[in-house]
Amino acid sequence: MSRLKTVATSRRGFLGLAGGAAALSGLGLSRGRAQSVQTNARIVILGAGAAGTALANRLVERLDGARITLVDGRQKHLYQPGLSLVAAGLKPADYVVSDTAQWLPRGVEWIEERAAEIDPEAKTVTTEGGRALPYDYLVVATGLVLDHDAIEGFSLDLVGTEGIGALYAGPEAAAATWASASRFVEEGGRGIFGRPETEMKCAGAPLKHTFLIDDRLRRAGNRGKAEIVYAAPQPSLFGVPIVAEKVRMLFGDRGIETRMQRTLKSIDPGAKIATFEDADGIAHEEDYDYIHVIPPQRAPDVVRQSGLSWADKWTDQGWVEVDMQSLRHLRYPEVFAIGDVAGVPKGKTAASVKWQVPVIEEHLVAQITGGTSDARYDGYTSCPLITQIGRAMLVEFDYHDNLVPSFPGVIAPLEELWISWLMKEVALKATYNAMLRGKA
Amino acid sequence: MQDLTFGTLIAVFEEMFGRGLFWAMVAVAIIVTLAYFFVLIRDRTVSWKKFLWAQLSMPLGAIAAVLFVQRMTSSSFSDLGGPIDWIVLLGVAVAGAIGLAILVYTLESLVRPPRSREGRE
Repeated sequence: MSRLKTVATSRRGFLGLAGGAAALSGLGLSRGRAQSVQTNARIVILGAGAAGTALANRLVERLDGARITLVDGRQKHLYQPGLSLVAAGLKPADYVVSDTAQWLPRGVEWIEERAAEIDPEAKTVTTEGGRALPYDYLVVATGLVLDHDAIEGFSLDLVGTEGIGALYAGPEAAAATWASASRFVEEGGRGIFGRPETEMKCAGAPLKHTFLIDDRLRRAGNRGKAEIVYAAPQPSLFGVPIVAEKVRMLFGDRGIETRMQRTLKSIDPGAKIATFEDADGIAHEEDYDYIHVIPPQRAPDVVRQSGLSWADKWTDQGWVEVDMQSLRHLRYPEVFAIGDVAGVPKGKTAASVKWQVPVIEEHLVAQITGGTSDARYDGYTSCPLITQIGRAMLVEFDYHDNLVPSFPGVIAPLEELWISWLMKEVALKATYNAMLRGKA
Repeated sequence: MQDLTFGTLIAVFEEMFGRGLFWAMVAVAIIVTLAYFFVLIRDRTVSWKKFLWAQLSMPLGAIAAVLFVQRMTSSSFSDLGGPIDWIVLLGVAVAGAIGLAILVYTLESLVRPPRSREGRE
């Protein structure tokens, strides 16, 4: 008791306790770090998007002396998971934009040009400015391109006018999409939503946009004046059967009509008519007051012309021929592909990238040291599938179409929950940014 | 979620609020908590009068915390979908209630300390 009194009444003693507590908590914050590997390897990463940036940040920590070069002509980094929120009027366009430079670690060289040619035989990348970059290891992280020209009658400058939306095309297009969609929300009419026939980034986003605009109509009291149609080339609403069934039920509940096995081929903006082709090649016309266009998605030309693409799969899309678990090229063992451009059955999301980055990191470091790694990517993909403003389903799955919930028994994957919305709204961008810095 | 470590959590919170604001908030929370213990130890008794005010402020803290979270996340009570949502809501409310109670008690004690040892007994 007397000792307590002595400590308590002495201000210096009290401050000492406080300092000790702070020092202890500081110790708790120090992160374990794998021992760095000495090397003079030349590593070229094509693309400073989510995958390229996160990998560069982690490799800098792991490799001492490596010459890491990032090749990307884009000054701006896009937080693409935010585009759905921008296109529903929930966030401003600049919510998704940051400077590429702010995420790049010291110790890597950033060449602000696009790659013009990849020669995997000569192990050289040539930039658009003609600079040759010989490499020992190459990571293809270019992302994908949106093939807007494949939709006849559509062009990007139409977005925001004539009832046309296209949220995938970037922050300005997403904001313009909301301009079109908000007119539909106010006036009602016929809204057409859908997805392309190719592989695509975040296959949940077309559904999210449909649900969000449905909710916007309800909140405006105009749902009764609107008809919503979801048309897609696939036979089901989602690639994972159990999720597809759930979405089918939710669409039924929300009164959203579906047209399966219909591929958007063209639009006539003047007449507001969209033409779809069914599985038998028969054309079907649909009139609309609002249409959300998501074009086919493909690997960039520089990848498709490099000989790195699959020759017998996705031949119209050109994804890189990699082992689906190691993400290592099947013919060039010093080449990896990550993110949207990787030719694997699932995984064109930022959540997938988060799981792919450590796998490539392990294989690359092991290869540099002459060893091997058993790190595997099993197709993990996550989609906070928004079903209304304020609710989402935290859908997580793998290559085998299994649900792989992060919080089993706590956050039910197929239940519309507020907590899943909170994660999307509050925690997702922060987690994404931490991933970019190589810390998550 | 892969590798949900303490370091990852800290990194995520830093990104959520910005590094400066996050650590400033941590510092404020630590300072208020330490100040609370400081006045408890200094006074060596709980003032039930101050505690009453602290308790009365708790519902206010609970409601304010819930409305703040809803406002920041474009959501409302109608979005609660399952048991975990109610648990999160209650957690937010409890955190707000306790936080405000501690703050009120501490401020009262710092602003109006007991006049003398005799006065307390």
